Amino acid sequence: MGSNDIIEIDHVYFSYDGLPVLQDVNITIKERDFLAIIGPNGGGKTTILRLILGLLEPDKGTIRVFGRTPKQARRLIGYLPQQFTFDFDFPISVMEIVLMGRLGKRGVGKKYTHEDIKICLQALEKVGMQSFKEREIGNLSGGQRQRVLIARALTSEPRLLLLDEPVSSVDTQWQQSFYELLHDLNKEIAIVLVTHDVSVISTYIDKIACLNRRLYYHGSKEEGIRKISELYECPVHLITHGPSQYSPEERIDD
Amino acid sequence: MGHRNIHLRSALMIEALQYEFMRNALVAAVLVSIACGIVGTFIVIKRIVFISGGITHAAFGGIGLGYLLGINPVLTAIPFSLVSALGIGVVSKRTKISEDAAIGILWTVGMALGILFVGLSPGYAPDLFSYLFGSILTVPFTDIIIMLILDLIIIATVLLLYKELQALSFDEEFSEIAGVPTQTLYLVLLCLVALSIIVLIRVVGIVLVIALLTIPTTIVKQFTHKLRSLILYSAICAVILTVAGLWFSYLFDLPSGATIVLLLASVFLISALIKRL
Repeated sequence: MGSNDIIEIDHVYFSYDGLPVLQDVNITIKERDFLAIIGPNGGGKTTILRLILGLLEPDKGTIRVFGRTPKQARRLIGYLPQQFTFDFDFPISVMEIVLMGRLGKRGVGKKYTHEDIKICLQALEKVGMQSFKEREIGNLSGGQRQRVLIARALTSEPRLLLLDEPVSSVDTQWQQSFYELLHDLNKEIAIVLVTHDVSVISTYIDKIACLNRRLYYHGSKEEGIRKISELYECPVHLITHGPSQYSPEERIDD
Repeated sequence: MGHRNIHLRSALMIEALQYEFMRNALVAAVLVSIACGIVGTFIVIKRIVFISGGITHAAFGGIGLGYLLGINPVLTAIPFSLVSALGIGVVSKRTKISEDAAIGILWTVGMALGILFVGLSPGYAPDLFSYLFGSILTVPFTDIIIMLILDLIIIATVLLLYKELQALSFDEEFSEIAGVPTQTLYLVLLCLVALSIIVLIRVVGIVLVIALLTIPTTIVKQFTHKLRSLILYSAICAVILTVAGLWFSYLFDLPSGATIVLLLASVFLISALIKRL
């Protein structure tokens, strides 16, 4: 394991009830990597994240996170699950959700402190949701909910951020700020983003892994995009941010 | 004439309040509503209604055991329902048996044990019917004390674990990652369900317990998105409707448990219609 490797997934196999989901997968993630794991639905992308979080155990192979087992390291990870897993009719406020990120810092049965609340307000400010802190989650739009869940992932002060399909429910006007925020966070922490939407890849992403039960590619973005375009036979658009080095004509699809 | 009859009965009701059994019934209604408001809310938002139904029916085994041993069936039902709650929690999380199948098995095995125990006990089983269908008017003072103690345990536990229980119910996986011992906490929640069932058994009976644990919260949930208000108003809703149901059953000489449940269901229907307008 290299000195700045934070995740090492080594020859990992995983199956659900005998059905293989992952076969012989190797991925290494270094500090301050911004990796996109791309693949079709059912390709094992969410499973990889759940393995890194120690919610699942591999059938074969090993996973080390920050040199420890996933269960030991999970408190260093900020996690954004997919939206469909939630019941948004649930009686809970924005602040109560964001405070969940601080659960691990407080013991069971202890109250949240002023520091927790301060950190949560800062996280809400980062995603532009501070004025909604008293709002109930049921009264927010899909994009606003997504921002709240991102804020929650940040409040544990993670050293690694795992995002499961973060773009699908982000509203388009916030998408730009969303990537800016990730870019900003990426100066200090590593980010792993999972998506089935190959047509939208940010220029801020620096590595790509293509996963469909097996790992088809793992490496630099440029080479990855060429591979995907071949594999899917569809154009890949790079989302550029602000005054970018890529002009629209230079998109990789031609 | 029926009219006069009702007036007469209303007068009798006020007179009835002077009787100990009627006072006990009102106190029982309040105690039941506290359990409904708190635990019923978590049952509804965590979506464990079916599990709660299983634990409720399994508790009948404990009632039967009380008859067999010749002690207060409510006392034997407490350990019995706690063990069933822990059993169902462990089986559903740790084994490959599907949760609803496990619940179905526990549900009927508990009932079967109860029937067996009652069959084995000597002589006739008095008030067995009241444990099945409830009888708020015959709740004895000793049971009121038991209900009070169980309510206090429920309140203390939820006050202590409020943020964890809310987090667990909203997003179990994230709570687990954040370092909450979710499996243990889930078992604690199921134990609270077991205790609340004991609080309710005397009033509405095993067959009808789930109505009181789900309907008040479901009514209130249409109008609030705050957990604290949901708990509070569910309890208030349960108090009002239980007492009103008790009143109706007294006025029209109807079985109290069934009257309370049908009144709850009617109010739910009306509230759902109002909400849709």
